[in-house]
Amino acid sequence: MTLRELVALLEGEVLFPEADLDREVPCAFASDMISDILMCTKEPTLLLTGLTNNQVIRLSDMIDLTGIVFVRGKRPLQDVIEMAAERGLPIITTKFTLYRCSGILFNAGLRSCKI
Amino acid sequence: MAEYWYIAEGFENRVQEYLADNGDSEVDMMFTVPEKDFNTAGKGSSEVKNLLKRLGVDSEVLRRIAVASYEAEINVAAHSHGGVMHSAVYDDHIHIRFEDEGPGIADIEQAMIPGFSTADELVRELGFGAGLGLPNIKKNSDAMHIVSEKGSSTLVEFIIFFS
Repeated sequence: MTLRELVALLEGEVLFPEADLDREVPCAFASDMISDILMCTKEPTLLLTGLTNNQVIRLSDMIDLTGIVFVRGKRPLQDVIEMAAERGLPIITTKFTLYRCSGILFNAGLRSCKI
Repeated sequence: MAEYWYIAEGFENRVQEYLADNGDSEVDMMFTVPEKDFNTAGKGSSEVKNLLKRLGVDSEVLRRIAVASYEAEINVAAHSHGGVMHSAVYDDHIHIRFEDEGPGIADIEQAMIPGFSTADELVRELGFGAGLGLPNIKKNSDAMHIVSEKGSSTLVEFIIFFS
């Protein structure tokens, strides 16, 4: 699945225009706990989260994130969006809940990342 | 001072050899980690990872180093009055030390239990405080050492070999 397809499925909004939406997303992980995300992400992974602080972007310096989806209509502040843009890390916001996003993407064939 | 040691199976000799004669490191990096400053927390780990990437360290080893280092750096920012991160890069491993200014760990064995956390509300709101910081450092390290005591400073250090 590409990020472009994923944005359509989640009725999402891409938060900076230069994001590479043709990027292939191999798998996903969903959590609001940073240590969980660090512990469970060992391959290129899409992250679904309700966290919008700058440390979520900082995480992508440590582990390989193909993109981040902010759920429940959450929207990070401009400086956080800029941090993502500097890294070329696509970020998307959707009004859907974490559970609903996970269900939609799983049904569309996006597998859970290996933990 | 209470002390905790962990050495991964199969690494006992390499770790003992290094500790007996640690020689000169090839690159040293120092970062300060201020108390509760979550704008800069993580920058040191990020820069160390970038350096090692340029040096050609394997990507899976890089991930382990970055995760262990980031967890330790966040611990200093979240739980201490601030501290210092010191990374020493050798030809076949990295040794990262975090020394803070207290207030110390009351019970290290308890702090090592996955899920045990003393994080405050501010730290939890940011997504930290899962109680997995120290266990995650251990999981990703070849050796880990903690020295602390309530009312005193804490040293958390770990060693990861490149191959």
